[in-house]
Amino acid sequence: MKVALFVPCYIDQFYPQVGIATLQLLEKLGVQAHFPAQQTCCGQPLANSGCERDALPIYKHFVDTFSDYDYVVAPSGSCVYHVRKHFDKLDQTADVQHVRGAAYDLIDFISTVLKVESLPGAFPHKVGLHLSCHGQRGLHQANESEMTPVRDGQLSRLLRSLDGLELTQLNRNDECCGFGGTFCVSEAGISARMGQDRVADHVRNGTQVLTGSDMSCLMHLEGIVRRARLPIKVMHAAEILNGVVA
Amino acid sequence: MSHAIRADKFLLDADRTTWHDETLWFVREKRDRAAYGVPEFQELRELASGIKNHTLSRLDLYLQEFEAAAQANGVHVHWAADAAEHNAIILDIIQQQGATRIVKSKSMLTEECHLNPYLIKHGIEVVDTDLGERIIQFRDEPPSHIVLPAIHLKKEDVGDTFHTHLGTEKGESDPQRLTEAARQHLRGKFIAGEVAISGVNFAIAETGGVVVCTNEGNADLGVNLAAVHIACMGIEKIIPRLTDLGVFTRLLARSATGQPVTTYTSHFTKPVAGKEMHIVIVDNGRTQQLGRPDFRASLKCIRCGACMNTCPVYRRSGGHSYDFTVPGPIGAILSPNIDMKKHASLPFASTLCGSCTDVCPVKIDIHTQLYKWRQVLGEANEIPAAKKWSMKFMGRVLASTRVYGLGGQFARKALRLLPHGLTHAPSMNAWAVARELPEAPRQSFREWYAKQPQPATQLPNPKVPA
Ligand code: SF4
Repeated sequence: MKVALFVPCYIDQFYPQVGIATLQLLEKLGVQAHFPAQQTCCGQPLANSGCERDALPIYKHFVDTFSDYDYVVAPSGSCVYHVRKHFDKLDQTADVQHVRGAAYDLIDFISTVLKVESLPGAFPHKVGLHLSCHGQRGLHQANESEMTPVRDGQLSRLLRSLDGLELTQLNRNDECCGFGGTFCVSEAGISARMGQDRVADHVRNGTQVLTGSDMSCLMHLEGIVRRARLPIKVMHAAEILNGVVA
Repeated sequence: MSHAIRADKFLLDADRTTWHDETLWFVREKRDRAAYGVPEFQELRELASGIKNHTLSRLDLYLQEFEAAAQANGVHVHWAADAAEHNAIILDIIQQQGATRIVKSKSMLTEECHLNPYLIKHGIEVVDTDLGERIIQFRDEPPSHIVLPAIHLKKEDVGDTFHTHLGTEKGESDPQRLTEAARQHLRGKFIAGEVAISGVNFAIAETGGVVVCTNEGNADLGVNLAAVHIACMGIEKIIPRLTDLGVFTRLLARSATGQPVTTYTSHFTKPVAGKEMHIVIVDNGRTQQLGRPDFRASLKCIRCGACMNTCPVYRRSGGHSYDFTVPGPIGAILSPNIDMKKHASLPFASTLCGSCTDVCPVKIDIHTQLYKWRQVLGEANEIPAAKKWSMKFMGRVLASTRVYGLGGQFARKALRLLPHGLTHAPSMNAWAVARELPEAPRQSFREWYAKQPQPATQLPNPKVPA
């Protein structure tokens, strides 16, 4: 099994520790992932801004970079969702189809490919889980509250398996945080207000560590937490899981 | 003016924004409980979507079937290509009656066609008889929601409005007393009404009848007291058979307000002896939308409003921020079809979270259509030039590994070295108005990785199950 690590551009530049944790966690689970150095971005920022055509060279670059691997794993459901759903704009060559199917969010990969449902280790904190829309509603990694009241998903299962970890019961389990890519600046007012409301839900219900599997939402929420100087630590799930697994 | 600018105005009153958000979230939660309570809810959605897709695929045939059946029932059927024709037809019917007093129950179509100002201009008195509609009519405001037209108003606002227009006591905000005042006021209007106008929720091709769903019974009261009933419908309101109706009535009220069914589901099939019934069938841009394969499915909409209640943007920006008859996510995919330039910012007023798609009872792929409208707008140069050019620039940077690496290094260094006041200046950085920027690390992931002892590349992973 040849596994490539895709580290989205903003993680590469601003959250290298998340890329490192992803790599190390995979290694502990027995997967030696390789980081092809020529990778850049999945093109989503452009496409979501209405410039899909300008993103096509980026899509092609992505496919060329990863077509030789069995799996492409990324600590970001949003990028994976984009590759799977929106690379339909490319000619559907065998390589393109392969890469679209091979792209996995890290937690999805751990859960469905490696079939790991629990991890040994302790994390004695109250953890608030932010369900990112693209992972949840897009990739169905957790149940949508629009469909069913069952509040379970891949990441909550993994987190609950850790000793001492208590998951925060939120008032709104899966409301969007308001990041939305370029939305966060083009609709900065609404975006901030959505983020503040999401953070307030965590504060109200006692979250000490705020986590999730999509760093873009967490970057936005962390920006709000730090601006308000709240006593909440924001960590990508890969950092928590990698930290507890020996 | 863009959605973002209008949204910022709404956001200025933070407490009111909280109240608006929580009020609509309450409706969304009621909807959830109602949906969870029906085990076959997802099958119903699938069925409703299928019936609508089928109907749209042969809309011309069903419309003709409907017209013939309605005419056989003794109903006058009129066809209107656009809003102007719709309004002219209605004025003509009213004038032939020599009538001047009109009672109207809720109809988004007549809002879309701006019927009220048109009739008033011609000396006709139009009274909206739905309570929410009447409130905003007094205030001369458009509806801010398609099911809850006055949801942007608090009971104190209604008290002020009724004090001015109905003479209730100043400062009265008791909902019971305010409703009673409206009831007394409307009763007189109902009795005086000469022509009743209603919308249509469903038009049944097989029977030629129309179905109107209300909670207040105002459509029945108006229609039964007046000598003439005019029902106005968009071409997409058709369903094939009477037996299909139950699928939709089970979904409509549950999705809209969490009720099992609307209080009144009124069937109007033929005129009472001695009275007249008219149906006006309106296109007004709908066939154009039908001709757009990517956006056709938007015509499946049954106007339940669930996508508004669930939309985290709508709840915090208010219906008026969309500046279109139908606000919220569905409005954002309908409006560019009508005027792409004017409504260019609406498809961008979304995080593409997808909640609207998941909540929609007829399974319209709303967030995918938002994404697709963005591409149409981008191609048509209807997005801000600065955005367009920065995206073109980014496209080139991100298609090249080397340029990307250099740019990243530069940005991080700048972020580390420049003073906080400059990197976070609100005028230069919209992100930083309410958020801190991430702390810039000294090395990127790729710089770190390059320094690691490299594994003999890409060995098969022995520990992983095949
Ligand atoms: S798009 Fe769907 S959810 Fe929105 S109003 Fe129409 S039917 Fe209801």
